[in-house]
Amino acid sequence: MSIIESFRIALRALSANKLRSILTMLGIIIGVGAVIALMSVGQGVQQMVTEQLQSAGSNLLIILPGKLSDAQPGGGTQRRPANPLTNGDWRAINDPLLTPDLIAAVPEVDGYADVSHGKTTLRLNVTGTNDVFPNVRNYAVQEGRWISPEDIAGQARVVILGSKVAEELFAPGDFPLDQTIRINGIPFRVIAVMEEKGGGGFGSFDNYVFVPFTTAQQRLFPYLRSPRGEPTLSLILAKVVSEDRLDEATAQIENLLRQRHNITFLNEDDFSVINQADILDIFGSIIGVMNLFLGGVAAISLLVGGIGIMNIMLVSVTERTREIGLRKAVGAKRRHILTQFLVEAMVLSLLGGILGMILGFIGAQAIASLSEDLQSVVTLDAILLATGVSTVVGLVFGIFPALRASQLHPIDALRYE
Amino acid sequence: MDQNHALIEIKDVTKVYQMGEVEVRALRGVSLEVHPGELVAIMGPSGSGKSTLMNILGALDVPTSGRYLLDGQDVGGMDDDHLAEIRNRKIGFVFQSFNLLPRTSALANVELPLVYAGAKNRREQAIAALELVGLGDRIHHNPNELSGGQQQRVAIARALVNEPNIILADEPTGNLDSKSGAEIMRIFQDLNAQQDITIIFVTHEPEIAEHTRRIIRLQDGQVLSDSSVKNPRQAGDRAYTRRARDIAHHENGADNNGAPSLAEEKIHPDEQSDPGSVETQSIVTQMGAEEGA
Repeated sequence: MSIIESFRIALRALSANKLRSILTMLGIIIGVGAVIALMSVGQGVQQMVTEQLQSAGSNLLIILPGKLSDAQPGGGTQRRPANPLTNGDWRAINDPLLTPDLIAAVPEVDGYADVSHGKTTLRLNVTGTNDVFPNVRNYAVQEGRWISPEDIAGQARVVILGSKVAEELFAPGDFPLDQTIRINGIPFRVIAVMEEKGGGGFGSFDNYVFVPFTTAQQRLFPYLRSPRGEPTLSLILAKVVSEDRLDEATAQIENLLRQRHNITFLNEDDFSVINQADILDIFGSIIGVMNLFLGGVAAISLLVGGIGIMNIMLVSVTERTREIGLRKAVGAKRRHILTQFLVEAMVLSLLGGILGMILGFIGAQAIASLSEDLQSVVTLDAILLATGVSTVVGLVFGIFPALRASQLHPIDALRYE
Repeated sequence: MDQNHALIEIKDVTKVYQMGEVEVRALRGVSLEVHPGELVAIMGPSGSGKSTLMNILGALDVPTSGRYLLDGQDVGGMDDDHLAEIRNRKIGFVFQSFNLLPRTSALANVELPLVYAGAKNRREQAIAALELVGLGDRIHHNPNELSGGQQQRVAIARALVNEPNIILADEPTGNLDSKSGAEIMRIFQDLNAQQDITIIFVTHEPEIAEHTRRIIRLQDGQVLSDSSVKNPRQAGDRAYTRRARDIAHHENGADNNGAPSLAEEKIHPDEQSDPGSVETQSIVTQMGAEEGA
């Protein structure tokens, strides 16, 4: 008896009890569906982040206050470390004599503020920065001019809008340049609108507004002060001359800041210098933890689904005891019966896996459609994993009922009522 | 086939079942021989061990002691898979309750033994077997679309399809009305007479048993008697086939729809001398055609 024959018998047996078969598959469908959906979205997020980081340039260093360890990723700018980065730190890093491998260093002050124009008020991320920010970030003005050194020196109340902010704050046809908007109630003049950058979700600059960092420190976020009363920075962005000088540049910055922060020989840094690869690593470890968690959920769901399959297969074996007896009477050997029920369990599980996969992809599309820049990514890995796992589940949970069926004595089975 | 060589030879066969604490001695030393081409009825009251004997003859079970030679092979010490192979190749079963797979066409039911034999041309062989029992036009019907008699004929086709040495039937007419029962006996007699197939069946109806030339009576797990019947009843002679015979007369000379029939091609020379027998041969074909219409 061929495998194809077994598949045909299995499909016939399963289609005889369609509702029961589908209900049995549900555990597998949900388990596989959830994994596929979240894997696809996770892949999409990872891809998006990678693209975003790459578009920013791979020779960037980010200097954050506080020690950023792998165990607490993403905490950098949110905490208020005892020894924050100050304007002085930035000026030192920006000094070509102290850090010869850097092209430029950019200060950033980040905070949330209410941005309003007319009746529209948005709570947005306001970034205070300096004149070279667009060069370092590979980001260009679409209309108007960027912040000038004079704006910085004079703490000018000028603002630059991300493309999406401009769309949301101003009606179509209403030209934003030279109009006045309010940030936390303080009037600002719009001097530029940025080009569309894309990148969605987490850090799209399209949702940001930019002001001179001095303005941000003095007028918008005066509470961001070091213990000694100096204005602080959320981070410093440094552009390295070339990618192969990243390590040297990192060492230069670290030495400089250790001196400036009076960190003695054995003590740990109170700042972090990270590069794109580090960010990807951190992100990778977050995804890793997420995947592990997902894997656990999926494993439980598949276990439950598998038990469901075993249960229904046991019922099926009992129901079809006479059929088994007859098959044995006309010459079926143990392995024939074993194969028949094992294939049936596997078909059940595999069909569940395939349906779950389809459901997962649809779910991933639905999640991805919530953010226009996020795309769900269907990987071959996910497909192979889903089919492989569901087949194995069928095999593992089908073997016991199948063994039971194969060991039935033909006479007892034929007499079974 | 060699008439002197016994197809079935059992010697001092016993079977003891352990039912909890109690030992049930279903067979207490049965010896008998069945030769190729025989049509044998086994009779006996319930509890006489006839079902146990059939199970052992059918290689569904092995004797506790004693010897069982089937076609010269010792079946006694075989393992399950070997027994399955013996059942598949040498034995065809017909059950009281038909035991057809539900929701499965007659054709697929008949193909079943061929599936496990790994045979080629399963469809052709199955169709041939169904035509032999007069169901050539019902091959795609499911069991629930067939009458009891037709279902049992499908079961006979299934028993035949692997060209077994022997067909074992356990009360094959037990669930049928007398007319259908007669049809089944007719088919058995034809198969036995024309295809030379050895058939053993269990029955408790003396009338049915009289269709054979040999009746073995069991009691308390032992052979009570082993007698021969001088003039076996011919199923076609029974009153209930009169209607079918009338039709045969009426449509005398009408064609048989091309189905290969037992009547036309495979009549034994000695039976051709008996006009009644020839007539009933054609009745089988007519009955099949009538029901198929």
